[in-house]
Amino acid sequence: MKPFAYVAPASVDEAVALLAEKGERARPLAGGTDLLVQLRRGRFDLDVVVDVKRIPELTRIAYDRAEGLTVGAAVTCAVLGEHPEVRGLYPGLLDAASIIGGAAIQGRATLGGNLGNAAPSGDAIPALIVLGAEAIVAGPDGGRRVPVAGFCTGPGKTVLRRGELVVAFHVPAPHPRSGASYVRFIPRGEMDIAVAGVGAWVALSAGGDTEETSRVEAARIALAAVAPTPLCVESAGAALVGRAPVEVAFEEAAALAREAARPIDDMRGTLAQRRHLVGVLVKRALRKAVRRALGVS
Amino acid sequence: MAGKLLVSATINGEAVEFLCEPQQSLLTCLRDILGLTGAKEGCNDGNCGACSVLLNGRLVNSCLVLAAEVEGCDIVTVEGLASWQGLHPLQEAFIAEDALQCGYCTPGMLIASKALLDRNPNPTEQEIRSWLAGNLCRCTGYDKIVRAVQAAAQHLESSRRIERVAEKG
Repeated sequence: MKPFAYVAPASVDEAVALLAEKGERARPLAGGTDLLVQLRRGRFDLDVVVDVKRIPELTRIAYDRAEGLTVGAAVTCAVLGEHPEVRGLYPGLLDAASIIGGAAIQGRATLGGNLGNAAPSGDAIPALIVLGAEAIVAGPDGGRRVPVAGFCTGPGKTVLRRGELVVAFHVPAPHPRSGASYVRFIPRGEMDIAVAGVGAWVALSAGGDTEETSRVEAARIALAAVAPTPLCVESAGAALVGRAPVEVAFEEAAALAREAARPIDDMRGTLAQRRHLVGVLVKRALRKAVRRALGVS
Repeated sequence: MAGKLLVSATINGEAVEFLCEPQQSLLTCLRDILGLTGAKEGCNDGNCGACSVLLNGRLVNSCLVLAAEVEGCDIVTVEGLASWQGLHPLQEAFIAEDALQCGYCTPGMLIASKALLDRNPNPTEQEIRSWLAGNLCRCTGYDKIVRAVQAAAQHLESSRRIERVAEKG
């Protein structure tokens, strides 16, 4: 690795000041599972690496029944997966967070890193999108909240401006009859990058305790690894509203998602395979989300 | 250019201070500065697990940690597994089950297996295989390694049972 300076600020203000001063010559370091690999490969030429793991706001998890969930950007996937409320109330988020790398990567990788790295295949991103998560961003001109759905602008590119840092994620409190899920296709059992991935979230209207007697009040579908950015397919979610959450409706959502996907051929899969996978995975993700919404998982 | 950093950490139970360059990985410093050559460099990008160590009780790839990040942390490497009483039950089991050939992946396998048994004392075969997915072996194959972990888990479980009986008097 080319030499750089290492700084571990204790506050958001210090980190933002450093990132603002250095611009492209600085990167925040959370778990390092992407950044250190990229630095070794010479993707960035940095003056300073800003380790954000010593900042309290970035390593905290807080849940409140009214406010919902706040997860620090540098909380590791392993710690997130051990949090009782996250396990009980946000299994769809853990579907994604718990399959990013194997055990050793889980101990380091973070949601903030997954989003900041902005890989089209970042598993946590569709899961955050369908849950309606926002990134809480600090910057030299104050803070702002950015919906995760609009955060990535291209492979490795985000809406973050000079000096801005993702501090945490806010995930709304779960709707009482809702469920979310994330599923992906990889050729191995674990330790792999999605060929395609799908996050789904479904909220059901009151009444009805089976698929046939329930009605979808709202739904969201988001895709990974089939476009230059993780992709929220609004039409696919909208197609489910007012209908029973059953296969015929899932088929329609799957067809819309297949149409919206803009996959490429690469070493992980072909364009045609990815488009096919989107349809299969949308249906699987919806079935799982609906089971969770009905409490019959 | 940035100067050297002084890092204080606990490694295998001992307080250690060392000087490193900011871009040096924990793996490099363990091996080249501290002389702890148990952790191995395989892929150097977090895929093979040969460099596995415990950082504050969590399994990590030491190639994906900057040495500067471990200030104040507790680290266990394969050198810290055995005690004055002898080898760790995992090490004994790896020998008894012939769970190694060239031995390059073994330190990582042992540390990863310890991390698993520390949080899940009685893992199923599937849980062992899935936990060790980040540790690659290119000669023994995985069956013997899985059997060794199962044998060590049983041994540790019976030791705990004996301790409980002894406590009750």
